[in-house]
Amino acid sequence: MIEIGLGHYLTLGAVIFTIGVIGIFLNRKNIIVILMSIELILLAVNINLVSFSIFLNDLAGQVFTLFILTVAAAEAAIGLAIIVVYYRNSGTIRVEEIDQLKG
Amino acid sequence: MIAHTLFFYFFSIIAVISAIMVTASKNTVHSVFFLILDFISISCLFIMIGAEFLGMIMLIVYVGAVAVLFLFVVMMLNVAQQTNQWFLSKTSSNHIPIGLIISAIIFFELIIVIGGWKYKPKLTNIDQQQFVTEISNTHSLGQVLYTDYIHVFQMSGMILLIAMIGAIVLTYRQREGVKKQSYVKQISRERSEGVEVLEVPFNKGVKIDD
Repeated sequence: MIEIGLGHYLTLGAVIFTIGVIGIFLNRKNIIVILMSIELILLAVNINLVSFSIFLNDLAGQVFTLFILTVAAAEAAIGLAIIVVYYRNSGTIRVEEIDQLKG
Repeated sequence: MIAHTLFFYFFSIIAVISAIMVTASKNTVHSVFFLILDFISISCLFIMIGAEFLGMIMLIVYVGAVAVLFLFVVMMLNVAQQTNQWFLSKTSSNHIPIGLIISAIIFFELIIVIGGWKYKPKLTNIDQQQFVTEISNTHSLGQVLYTDYIHVFQMSGMILLIAMIGAIVLTYRQREGVKKQSYVKQISRERSEGVEVLEVPFNKGVKIDD
């Protein structure tokens, strides 16, 4: 309990990952919060990679964390652009009302 | 060592609480603020564990770019008033128990994976291995990143470029009735269409702009 090891960091990553998944599952109103939950999930993955990289003394994990960071930034930009376009076209971004693909 | 423990629990408790508040707070602007707090505390953890470069990059990229982008979009779309009530929704409450059950299952699977990995019999000694090199974290990352991972690095640059082009193309809109400066039209203007030499009759004058 006193000694902070790899398991503590992995548990923190698991907790944040689960919070992000809960945020995606239970949110029915706001699609921006869903995007933020995706960011939380990617953050949890980053925590796992960095802690493994530090405790196993291997730099590959940190390099891949950089690439995950890149992908997360690109995903946030594209997702927010899609949300802006959708809001301009239909006037709402409530999750319940986005059902145009429902045949 | 005790300070490390105390700091770990401090930052991780802040991170978990702010992650909960991101998904649970009613106001979207507050959610973005808690997201910023979450990123900052996680980057403090990264710096504390010894990955200084990634901690700083997290601060720059997430707090400086992504969170501000979220904040801009939230303020631009006027969704701050749309309340974010997930337990109070009447019409779509049948999926909440299933979502909670699946989330709990995911959490316990992750915990079991961590436990099983920790008590695996043949494991390299991971207890006290820290970076004992003389060069800093940033230096060693740079040595690896531009040599072994150069193709992946270039590919991530392409991903960023494509994302930028995609975002611009998606949100670009041509408005009606806006006068724009056209450089091609200005430069390609000839003398023959710009200047006209007229024979002016005496005492009559010339009428232009007919």
